Amino acid sequence: MNLLKKLLGWIDTRFPLIATFKEHASEYYAPKNFNFWYFFGGLALLVLVIQILSGIFLTMNYKPDALFAFASVEYIMRDVHWGWLLRYIHSTGASMFFVVVYLHIFRGLMYGSYRNPRELLWIIGMIIYLALMGEAFMGYLLPWGQMSFWGAQVIVNLFSSVPFIGHDLAILIRGDYVVSDTTLNRFFALHVIAIPLILVLIVFAHIVALHEVGSNNPDGIEIKKHKDANGIPLDGIPFFPYMVVKDSVAAVVFLMVFCAIIFFAPDMGGYFLENNNFVPANPMKTPEHIAPVWYFTPYYAILRAVPPIFGSQFPGVAAMGIATVIFFFLPWLDRGKVKSIRYRGLIYKTFLTLFVISFVGLGWLGQMPSTPTYTMIARILAVVYFAFFLLMPWYTKIDKCKPEPDRVTSK
Amino acid sequence: MTDKVNLKKRRLLIASTAAGGVAAAGAGAPFVLSFMPSERVKAAGAPVEVDLKTLKPGMMISVEWQGKPVWIVHRTKEMLDLLSNHNDKLVDPESSVEQQPKYCTNAYRSIKPEYLVVLGVCTHLGCSPTYRPEVAPTDLGKDWPGGWFCPCHGSRFDLAARVYKGVPAPSNLIVPPHKYLSDTRVLIGDDSKEAA
Repeated sequence: MNLLKKLLGWIDTRFPLIATFKEHASEYYAPKNFNFWYFFGGLALLVLVIQILSGIFLTMNYKPDALFAFASVEYIMRDVHWGWLLRYIHSTGASMFFVVVYLHIFRGLMYGSYRNPRELLWIIGMIIYLALMGEAFMGYLLPWGQMSFWGAQVIVNLFSSVPFIGHDLAILIRGDYVVSDTTLNRFFALHVIAIPLILVLIVFAHIVALHEVGSNNPDGIEIKKHKDANGIPLDGIPFFPYMVVKDSVAAVVFLMVFCAIIFFAPDMGGYFLENNNFVPANPMKTPEHIAPVWYFTPYYAILRAVPPIFGSQFPGVAAMGIATVIFFFLPWLDRGKVKSIRYRGLIYKTFLTLFVISFVGLGWLGQMPSTPTYTMIARILAVVYFAFFLLMPWYTKIDKCKPEPDRVTSK
Repeated sequence: MTDKVNLKKRRLLIASTAAGGVAAAGAGAPFVLSFMPSERVKAAGAPVEVDLKTLKPGMMISVEWQGKPVWIVHRTKEMLDLLSNHNDKLVDPESSVEQQPKYCTNAYRSIKPEYLVVLGVCTHLGCSPTYRPEVAPTDLGKDWPGGWFCPCHGSRFDLAARVYKGVPAPSNLIVPPHKYLSDTRVLIGDDSKEAA
């Protein structure tokens, strides 16, 4: 014991080990009224670790070459010991990453977690979301199946609709005039090193920013307003050990679901792994029906809903881009007097409900073939989607809010 | 030491920072340029020769040129007759946008009316549309005179690869440069006057 203490002391004079642990764990105070929705941040971190670990091991048998990529994935599935498990962990992890991130973002919308003083925290979070989309998109090319190829073909061509520079931009991204071995090779490099590095760094920044301003909570009020004589928030409890234990329970339940998917439905009926992707890429033939993986379908539906204007498809691409980037502006679009949905009026609740309906509806439409009826529905839902953001300064201002409590409430 | 800013040192600082910036940009250029198509990729665009003898009327073959599908359709007399009936539904019935070589800017968008040579890449987002030569199938409507349907975003093209109005694709499909070496041999990717 004495030896351990000595060692700790030796380290601590050279590295702020105890101080860091105190600041970010044992003396970081989280609101005591956290509910179900507050599990998803921690779970996102867990999935990031799962993805990095399983990804490293997949890399050891995968070949980023158009001639060998598809076969190397089959090799992993059939011949590498436990290779099928590694691959299914990684493919399930990709989808589950978006499940927890979407729920995490929704939590932020419900409880106003993007409001002052958490604007930068929110912005860093949205950068993580964008990086995650890039990571997922590039990773999806690697199995070199039909959906990998044609998905990449369509998405890279989105860039070619940018006026003036578009054509050259698309060539720069592909390194070729079509999606090819060159594209596969560079997407591999970006997927396994460049973006993961950035992701880890900005996730770190996200946590640092969180710990600077402190967590929001379901009541949307600041626990730092009421402190005891020692400067500890009265409604806060130390992250370590209390929150760690609480989050561990969530992690166990989450991993149960995760394993159930891996073992019983790894392709999730074509939603996590699309059926057409079990066919090798064929640049000569587009599959009868192509759709992106489920987590991109809401934006894809918006892209398809916008008709070309003056013979250019750029407006659709722009609408799709704005649909993702518009989240960044939420802290300044919201003029509500309260943060949490608990104390908001009926107008905000209605708009948020409509927004969720439009997001899920667009997500469903995005994986369906386009018919005139579906396109019309997609247009209506796209308008609802943007109305949620663009009308926000108006409806949050006129909304009748209930008074916020002085201290957090919990059952 | 004085409180005054030493302008000479400040200027040197600005100049050296600027020089450093230029050097950084210069050092970054090779990294960005390495993303451009390599010489090998650029060289892989050789013309492709196709024999049309076995291509029966009404049939389509797909050949690979520069990594992309090129379609050749042997259009029947009925197919050609139907082409002029729906000009009002097309974006560019006269092929006024330069999506084809000069020698294909005609009603059939081809050198020989019966053979259409066209790049099988949708002008919307680069999918390869599906050949649907049958007239008035149930899923495409009773006005369908035969053509291509893009499964990705629903763009429609007629049998001269001209785009319909109201679909995502903005323009007609591209007719690649090509020439006939004999009655039934076509060379795709080269339309120079010299014999190949």
